[in-house]
Amino acid sequence: MELQVEKPKSNLFKIYEIISTMASRPSGLIGLTILLFHVVLAVTSPLYAPHDFKAIDPSLMLLPPSSEYWFGTDSLGRDVFTRTILGGRTALTVTFFGSIIALLWGGALGIFCGLVGGRIDDVVMRIIDAFLSIPWILAMLLIVSLLGTSTIVLIPALGFFYGKGIVRVARAATHDVIAKDFIVSARARGHGNLSIIWNEILPNVRDAIMVEGAMRWSWMLLGFSSLSFLGFGVSPPTPDWGLMISNARGLMSFAYWAVLAPIVGLSSLIIGINLTADAFAKALGIDRSTKAPV
Amino acid sequence: MENAVQQINNLSIGFTSKKGEQISILKNITTNIKKGETVGIVGESGSGKSTLALAMMGYVKQGLYTISGECLFHSNDLLRMKDKDLEDIRGRKIAMIPQNAGQSLTPNLKIGYQIDEALKLHTDLKIQDRNKKISELLNKVRLPSPEIMAQRYPHELSGGQQQRVAVAMALAGNPELLLLDEPTTGLDVTTQAHVLELLNFIAKDTGTSMVYVSHDLGAIAQVSDRVIVMYSGQIVLDGPVRRILKNPIHPYTSGLLKSIPKLTLPGLPKSMSGSQPQPGTITKGCSFYDRCELAEMNCSNNSPELEYVKNLNTSVRCFKHKELHEKIDKDENLVTSIENTILDKEMLGLSKVSISYAKKKFIDQLLNKESDDNPTVKDINLNISKGETLALVGESGSGKSTILKSIAGLLKAKEGNIKYENNKILPNELKLRDPNSLRAIQLIFQNPDESLNPNHTVEQIVSQPLKLYFGLQGEKLKDEIIKVLKKVRLGEFYLTRYPRQLSGGEKQRVAVARAFAAKPDVILCDEVTSALDVSVQAAVLNLLQELKKDFGTTYIFVSHDLAVVRAISDRVAVLYQGRLCEIGPSKNVYNFPSHPYTEVLLGAVLEPDPDIKPKLVAEDIVEEKPPEKGCSFQGRCPRKVGEICNSEVPPWQIGENGNAIRCHINIDELRNLQK
Ligand code: SF4
Ligand code: SF4
Repeated sequence: MELQVEKPKSNLFKIYEIISTMASRPSGLIGLTILLFHVVLAVTSPLYAPHDFKAIDPSLMLLPPSSEYWFGTDSLGRDVFTRTILGGRTALTVTFFGSIIALLWGGALGIFCGLVGGRIDDVVMRIIDAFLSIPWILAMLLIVSLLGTSTIVLIPALGFFYGKGIVRVARAATHDVIAKDFIVSARARGHGNLSIIWNEILPNVRDAIMVEGAMRWSWMLLGFSSLSFLGFGVSPPTPDWGLMISNARGLMSFAYWAVLAPIVGLSSLIIGINLTADAFAKALGIDRSTKAPV
Repeated sequence: MENAVQQINNLSIGFTSKKGEQISILKNITTNIKKGETVGIVGESGSGKSTLALAMMGYVKQGLYTISGECLFHSNDLLRMKDKDLEDIRGRKIAMIPQNAGQSLTPNLKIGYQIDEALKLHTDLKIQDRNKKISELLNKVRLPSPEIMAQRYPHELSGGQQQRVAVAMALAGNPELLLLDEPTTGLDVTTQAHVLELLNFIAKDTGTSMVYVSHDLGAIAQVSDRVIVMYSGQIVLDGPVRRILKNPIHPYTSGLLKSIPKLTLPGLPKSMSGSQPQPGTITKGCSFYDRCELAEMNCSNNSPELEYVKNLNTSVRCFKHKELHEKIDKDENLVTSIENTILDKEMLGLSKVSISYAKKKFIDQLLNKESDDNPTVKDINLNISKGETLALVGESGSGKSTILKSIAGLLKAKEGNIKYENNKILPNELKLRDPNSLRAIQLIFQNPDESLNPNHTVEQIVSQPLKLYFGLQGEKLKDEIIKVLKKVRLGEFYLTRYPRQLSGGEKQRVAVARAFAAKPDVILCDEVTSALDVSVQAAVLNLLQELKKDFGTTYIFVSHDLAVVRAISDRVAVLYQGRLCEIGPSKNVYNFPSHPYTEVLLGAVLEPDPDIKPKLVAEDIVEEKPPEKGCSFQGRCPRKVGEICNSEVPPWQIGENGNAIRCHINIDELRNLQK
């Protein structure tokens, strides 16, 4: 018999494979392109921002787009183009690390609950539900007003509030594998819980958790921008889309440019992340429609 | 053909692979189903038998399409028919009974209502006539008291009864052709025998043509007039049942028959090497070439055609069928009998073990009272010597797997204790067991798809016990893994494979390797061959036997298949509803007068021989719970002697040949009764 020998794949090759599968669909390709564009922009924009983002000049107030000020100027005479290309930096960083925190604690707690099950699982899930039935924005406002708006506060706070969905997904995925005989087999051999989680459960739930994390990222971005919009996120004069939208919205009827640019920035990034997350799920073979509803 | 209900001509069905190649699952199928005939289609997983059965209903699974050919039902091509016309035929003229009938019934509707729906859909009967017809149908499938049955919900019926309801529904439209896809797989042996008997009766009574698709030659032998053997998408043999099963003229079929353990021929059957090729991998030559003992050069280059042999009334796809027909198998050694060296040393002992699934009620907990005085498994005493193979047999609910789990420490025994080696008592909780006793007892599970982590490579899978028990690392670890894999006949290149890249038999070998890597003293085998194909089953049994010879391992072998147990075990314990009925050396349990339940079980075994009919001695009712007192088998016992069976636990009696049975009837009297 002829053997179809398959070479072992390195991790790097696997990542490459996943990305190329994602890019093979138009929606995935669009999503990846948008996301990549935003990341590159966020990293490099300080190098070529044409104007000083905090230079206030009353004589330049609310100028319409021109060759000098591509997206016009805002009510304080600052260049909207400069502020737009810089405005995603904080949001992207805060929410990226926020998502990772959400992923870590949500995943860990979800797997734990799925593994131990029974009464402990019930109690933990109830507590989380109760905690999170408080409107998150109120809770965030409370935290921010008590502890300030520094990123050191914002990242863990956002991470905490957006981890709930991940707990559910991780728990459901763990439930699926926990009944399988390979877990029973590991238990019968005498492996401890930690080893079972690390070796047997994690490889089987990792994909679902990561997809959920990517999904949460876009939600968190929206949440973070809402905070900024309300004045609790990034403090001026640091440019931020939420803040810019908030400042310019009163003047929308005669200076649309000042609000349009950050809106396009924010929504394109959210759409980009969403499309990427969807393509990611499909590339890993996860059908999001059958996963636990959040 | 004149009286053919269905005529299939040159049918090929397949799919287009990712690379754009056309791959056939069915290749040039030509056959017909005559009126009133029952045709058994037999093949292992991947042979295309289910695809063929679906095509007979005009249904092609998603992703597949008809490449060529036609499937004529009274000269209408089902595969090219409009959906509306097909709907008229399905259910009315052609009905199908799926494998798991219980799941195809709607759970929240009463049985009577569901049959009524089928009648409304497929007949033009008025309401009064329909009610009469419902009773008639339920009567026909021999469900007791049809009026009461009609008022029940599906979950209130046993598996066998659900299957009968499915048959009744299929008969509602008076179909001309009944397709049955593995209709008895998953049912208990006694139930299976009853359902097959019913199907035979219906075939005779109604004159319906039937197509019975199964991997089980035993079942096929009982119902079919004609048998079609499929291999790798092709028909390899097609002819009258006796011809096919008694003197097959195709090497695959004869190999398959030889690899089935039989009650009449105790010992380990010969195994067939290799496995069925994946669709699309064979481009030229005979598809059985890799595994064929008679293969010659010609076979690898030219593919044999299906040839009709007139004097045998059989079609066969093999160049050498004449030789096979002339060769007589008799003098060949068909089985190897097992000879285990059993030492006079107790390896494992269970004394008075009881296991209960019931949770303690809160009140009982407060009062510190035992809540369950009727546990699932009760009073099990077993002693297993070093090097022995003890089998636990029984139907579902007999507690055989439960006992295994409690030996492994996965389930806490409520009472009694389990001793390991020289009288060391094993704690009944896994956490409390010491690493050495954990290592000494290993488990092999039924389904390797479930028991191997799909995200681990073979290397990772086999390394687990080596790292855990022996702390091996690096080169040493790898060497040992390769050594263990070699023992189960898997080469080094399997190291980097994932379970999904392996065939069923290979997966089970990996599972065996993982168990043996721990260098265990006892291996608990839980239905280890029941998820495998017949030709692979024999290979795994042979492997287990060889390993036992090399390492002197003790096996506890749980199975529902009495023929498999006969082949591999030294001693057998028969369980019913969590209570021991009989225990003794295999050859005695199978050959001498035995406990009434053993008699029932043995009677229901299906041999792949149309001339050996199962005996249906007991009712196929299923009991939910063991009886509170008296004999565990009282509810179904065909030999029940009276009140005493209901009130008193029967005593153990030891027969002269060494088997112990638990019955109120005197053992000598049983012998007379069973003559
Ligand atoms: S044609 Fe050749 S390889 Fe195929 S079954 Fe016959 S003898 Fe074996
Ligand atoms: S004790 Fe009675 S019910 Fe039990 S097996 Fe014997 S005869 Fe049957």
